[in-house]
Amino acid sequence: MEELLDFTAGMSLALLVLVLFSIRRQHIRVEYSVSWFGAALALLVLSRWPAALETLAGWLGIGNPPLALLLIIGMLFLLVIFRLSVIISDLKDANIALTQRVAILEYRLDNLHGEARTKA
Amino acid sequence: MTPAGLDSLLIIVPAYNEEASVGRVVEEIREVLPGVEVLVIDDCSLDQTAAAARRAGAQVLTLPCHLGLGGAVQAGYKLAFELGYQYVIRADGDGQHDPRYIPAIYEALKTSGCQMVIGSRFLEGDGAPSSLVRGLGIRFFRLVLRPILGQRVWDPTSGFVGVNREALQVFSKSFPLEYPEIEALVVLQRRRFRFMEVPCRMRPRMAGRSTITVMKSFYYIIHVLLGVFVNVLKYERRRR
Ligand SMILES: Nc1nc2c(ncn2[C@@H]2O[C@H](COP(=O)(O)OP(=O)(O)OP(=O)(O)O)[C@@H](O)[C@H]2O)c(=O)[nH]1
Ligand SMILES: [Mg+2]
Repeated sequence: MEELLDFTAGMSLALLVLVLFSIRRQHIRVEYSVSWFGAALALLVLSRWPAALETLAGWLGIGNPPLALLLIIGMLFLLVIFRLSVIISDLKDANIALTQRVAILEYRLDNLHGEARTKA
Repeated sequence: MTPAGLDSLLIIVPAYNEEASVGRVVEEIREVLPGVEVLVIDDCSLDQTAAAARRAGAQVLTLPCHLGLGGAVQAGYKLAFELGYQYVIRADGDGQHDPRYIPAIYEALKTSGCQMVIGSRFLEGDGAPSSLVRGLGIRFFRLVLRPILGQRVWDPTSGFVGVNREALQVFSKSFPLEYPEIEALVVLQRRRFRFMEVPCRMRPRMAGRSTITVMKSFYYIIHVLLGVFVNVLKYERRRR
């Protein structure tokens, strides 16, 4: 099961690099990179620090530390994805309000122009 | 356009890809209520809905991207509120709502003191819903809504709805995005607002296809049920 730990360490390193590059190329905003950084760092630490992982596994009542790590990975990414849903919902609310505002402004502007033309 | 005729009443017509019927709908409304403003809200239709509505003499509010029925109706409410209208009545762009019933809804709005008046197809006539699942859904929501609203509602899914300025103000701030009719009732109830139903007949749609299919009916029921309970639990969440 050591191989699994090596694998998750490699994956979390890859994730860290990916997030860094994405920020640099402005594919992802800094404020949305934080949760990914947190998740990747936590994974890296746990897969390179057997004592900590064993303690955690003990708390969870799981005899097999790598299995505990898999569970923790699952939970961490669930949290990150949930955070994304919250962010998307906020964006959608803002989007609805903006769309309606643009439509209303355009409507009133057209009417203003129309009135100006009939007066002239 | 300024609120004048008929005690500042605005008719709003949400329309999505209704070029085949929206013109006729607008003409009919203008025949029944000459001089009343008709505002068609074009939810970024892919066809010539906006042009057809303008030709028939309506004002058109064009959304720059597709929002869904509730978002479109709310845009109409916001505009009406800003322009100072006292009453807004919504009629569908597919011709199902016979405009000859608009005056009755308008009268009830003015005289009953209710913030909302629903044109209800089950108080008079056969009132056959447009499909079997739809009919079951309506029965189901009558049962669910009864204890929440503390009052019977016969046609909770009717989109043939009039509101006064008090309700306009509330709906400008908080209105469901999809399938708005039932949730709107709950939003009003949270403010201790009142509603009543007036009988009216509904017709088959003039043209085009209903956006509500059988699969969507089931999705609709679950979606709306969630929306109802969220609104029951939510006390005045702050919104933009
Ligand atoms: N703005 C907007 N309007 C919509 C949308 N979907 C439907 N509508 C309009 O809402 C009205 C009602 O839509 P319908 O598809 O007829 O739904 P319904 O009347 O509840 O269902 P049926 O009884 O089957 O016709 C019509 O005027 C449609 O044009 C949408 O996504 N955006
Ligand atoms: Mg319809």
